[in-house]
Amino acid sequence: MANTQPDTAFAGREYPATEPYQVGREKIREFADAVGAQHPAHHDTVAARGLGYPDLVAPPTFAVVVAQRAESQYVADPAAGIDFARVVHADEKFEHHRPIVAGDELVTVLHIDSVTQRASISMVTTRCEIFATGADDAAPGEHVATVTSSLVVRGEDS
Amino acid sequence: MTTQRPELAELAVGDVVATRTLELDRATLVRYAGASGDFNAIHWDEGFATDVGLPGVIAHGMCTMGSVIGVVTDWVGDPGAVVRYGTRFTKPVPVPARGSAVVDVVATIGALDPEAGTARVDLTVTHEDVKVLGRAQAVVRLA
Repeated sequence: MANTQPDTAFAGREYPATEPYQVGREKIREFADAVGAQHPAHHDTVAARGLGYPDLVAPPTFAVVVAQRAESQYVADPAAGIDFARVVHADEKFEHHRPIVAGDELVTVLHIDSVTQRASISMVTTRCEIFATGADDAAPGEHVATVTSSLVVRGEDS
Repeated sequence: MTTQRPELAELAVGDVVATRTLELDRATLVRYAGASGDFNAIHWDEGFATDVGLPGVIAHGMCTMGSVIGVVTDWVGDPGAVVRYGTRFTKPVPVPARGSAVVDVVATIGALDPEAGTARVDLTVTHEDVKVLGRAQAVVRLA
């Protein structure tokens, strides 16, 4: 593999909105089981509705499933210069403007907030703005969540 | 199931509101890989993990982050009440081929904002007495 480092020219880039992600009940249940989230609002529609939600509520980090698909537009792009074998996840932050619930149809706009290099270590910060699909296809609807993620990419000699 | 929801007015900064001990084993990681779509081989392939300089298979940072927040959602009684949640991944959690990695979680009130009706819960997350998450904080809406 060539000695690549993330291309700093990607900083500031914004990608077009992704294809819609359909949030399914079984996916929420599966994800909740995977993180040991036993709260009934993840599993039982009656319990979720009892808390005032229209359907099953996604666990607080579920948005990563949606965000990761959007981030792959960048990290899987050979031109971005990200060697995944050298990537360490540095931090992650979720901001929920409202909870994600089963039945949501979500589109994500990916922003590359920064790409910095110091010696052979690079730091990449991405931000996914997640929206509900709008009433018409032209404009996104309600802002649902913001997911910010930073990756550290080690150079060949570190 | 009766749940007594916490009251903002009855909380004080420094209160320990919940603790939990979690066990992560290889099956946990495979299950998380499938559920999340993160199939990075460092989380399930020992040979691949050691080839890239790791001590062995490590847990997804997001698996740890996603698992420990349950202590907060169960305490609040409403998983949709978590409005913000962030952390740094300071140390990896190695997960052995047999047995499991034990992770201890302590949830403490870090700040209260009566105007916004929110509480910040700070999570101390350790594996073998070493902190694996840094500044793990969740803001929950209580009012």
